[in-house]
Amino acid sequence: MSKTGYTRRSILKTGAAALGASAFPAPMIWAQEIKNITLRQFGTGVSNLNDVANKVKEDLGFTLEMTALDSDAVTQRAATQPDSFDIADIEYWICKKVWPTGNLQAMDTSKIKNYDKIVGIFKSGKLTPESVIAQGTAPSTVGFVEGPGGTTFADQETGWMTLIPTIYNADTLGIRPDLIGRPIESWTELLNPEFKGKASILDISSIGIMDMAMVCEAMGEIQYGDKGNMTREEIDKTMAIFTEAKKNGQFRAFWKTFDESVNLMASGEVVIQSMWSPAITAVKSRGIDCVYQPLKEGYRSWGGGLGLSKSLSGMELDAAYEYINWYLSGWVGGYLMRQGYYSAVPETSKDFMSDNEWGYWFEGKPATDVITSPTGDKLAEAGETRDGGSFYDRMGHVACWNAVMDENQYMVRKWNEFIAS
Amino acid sequence: MKVTRETVTGWLQAAPLTVVLLGFLVAPIITIVIVSFWQATEFSIIPAFSLENYEFLFGSPVTYKVFAATFKYAFLTWAMTLAIGFTVAYYLAFHIRSQTMQIALFLLCTIPFWTSNIIRMISWIPFLGRNGIANQTLISWGVIDQPLEWLLYSDFSVILAFVHLYTLFMVVPIFNTMMRIDRNLIEAARDNGASGFQTLVHVIIPLTKPGIMIGTIFVLTLVMGDFITVRFMSGSQRANVGRLISNDIALLQYPSAAATAVVLLCTVLIVIGILLRFVNIRKEL
Repeated sequence: MSKTGYTRRSILKTGAAALGASAFPAPMIWAQEIKNITLRQFGTGVSNLNDVANKVKEDLGFTLEMTALDSDAVTQRAATQPDSFDIADIEYWICKKVWPTGNLQAMDTSKIKNYDKIVGIFKSGKLTPESVIAQGTAPSTVGFVEGPGGTTFADQETGWMTLIPTIYNADTLGIRPDLIGRPIESWTELLNPEFKGKASILDISSIGIMDMAMVCEAMGEIQYGDKGNMTREEIDKTMAIFTEAKKNGQFRAFWKTFDESVNLMASGEVVIQSMWSPAITAVKSRGIDCVYQPLKEGYRSWGGGLGLSKSLSGMELDAAYEYINWYLSGWVGGYLMRQGYYSAVPETSKDFMSDNEWGYWFEGKPATDVITSPTGDKLAEAGETRDGGSFYDRMGHVACWNAVMDENQYMVRKWNEFIAS
Repeated sequence: MKVTRETVTGWLQAAPLTVVLLGFLVAPIITIVIVSFWQATEFSIIPAFSLENYEFLFGSPVTYKVFAATFKYAFLTWAMTLAIGFTVAYYLAFHIRSQTMQIALFLLCTIPFWTSNIIRMISWIPFLGRNGIANQTLISWGVIDQPLEWLLYSDFSVILAFVHLYTLFMVVPIFNTMMRIDRNLIEAARDNGASGFQTLVHVIIPLTKPGIMIGTIFVLTLVMGDFITVRFMSGSQRANVGRLISNDIALLQYPSAAATAVVLLCTVLIVIGILLRFVNIRKEL
């Protein structure tokens, strides 16, 4: 018989299979196939931790491959190689640069279980109802798009998020109190001739320019309209002040990677410099006195989040949502908060921290016992309090967010000149 | 022309190398030249024919300064590696009599090259630092009271690292040509009453020229194309052309980086072209 259409038997078979699949949906298939899923995540060193990848394997069953790069390389990859990653762990200002390339897809907030508990900074932009949104690329301004395919940012919560916030902090200058020997209170100290040849700034243009702006504004030399979006004149003036300082030998070196900043500080080459919180921790864990000095002009803040690659779909996309929900459920938050960062959903992290740790890191209370890092290094003795105080003291004094400017290309050229001068 | 079996074989024998060179040398360079005329915004590259990159490059005083710095590093490194390289090669070739010993000492020179370039470079940092071994030693000897700041993150440290990294590239070709010098020539010079110095200047140096030239080309191209040594050893305080290019790449300004690369390539080619006027390497090899 040449007829090969649908025999009664074959229809019955498929029907039964379909019925089976709908009666016992995801879990069965999920459990079997999820082990084969590998999500490729890349980002800056701060949150690309092997401990996180190990815990994902343990809790969720799939493999998370991590690649750590510097901010420039992260931007480059997100903008130019969309197929080389599934999850981009990037900062909000990078998002502003990368989102228009269309390499990332917006996330449906209804699939994010802890969405309601995410800190206001990432939603309305306000930490408390009275807060004022700081200058620069505030996360709320690039956090939402109009719909799944939106390429322009929305002003308010829309239900479609560009990045799911994961981690953020308030940055300031790091100092070696033992080598300085007097109180430091203002950003102006970075250019104080007293520290000639012992100061440093980071050589990542988009962040370095903000630290420069904080200094110039504190000195009263320049009044910025918006430090996060300078005019050409403002850029020229800022660079002129720092080029002058560089020529006078104010700077010992510039650093580009986390390790460089730690080594500069720990070796005593530098006594005051732009620094990141865990770098302070790393210096301290070597038994060297180092303070993340709160300054009266306020903090320069940054925030990062997870973005999904455009090419993610099907089971991989489900796994990615699963991973994001897990990320916000507390374990990672606790891990990061014990390093001095903040979690986007602090209340879930509380369950993964001791009362002492929660009091020290989040509430700014004196430690009741020794504070150790997640890797076991001692960071503070009983009785010590965190530099800058509580979460609300620190995140409430943000003067500016890391940003990308309209005049970015001009700024980059000027930055190149500054380095070469 | 009659195509003989030999010509076909000849072409076939040359083909693999030609293909490799076309694919991995000529094609990339052509691409770089093409891209150097394109334009870029922050996240996209626009194929166009525009001289903007070159206009900016030649119009900026920074470019000239950075090229001057590159030449300075290249010249100083060349002079020092030549002085050290020649001395070492001379000693190995003319003062060590037994060949076993020569080979042993020559291998000794290469031992540092068993580790990575970057590690050899970075290991200078703790040594030269403000509280480093060099400063501590000098202070304990009472030579200085204050640590010397210029030891690290300065032109000094950059050139020191270059000399350390690249001297062997001078030693090897010079040693090689010296070993080929007919010893009878030196004997003849001595018999004719030449002093040791005269033999060196009139016999050995002229005969070693091809080796010196090959070493020079190695060192010049390596130093002029470098960016990582300058970045690490100067603590990002100094710049050479390689750093301009790497900064541009980091900031996604590929066309501008390509334009700088083309200018650098031309500069290096011109320098080598001039050098080759002095010595005909092919003839002397």
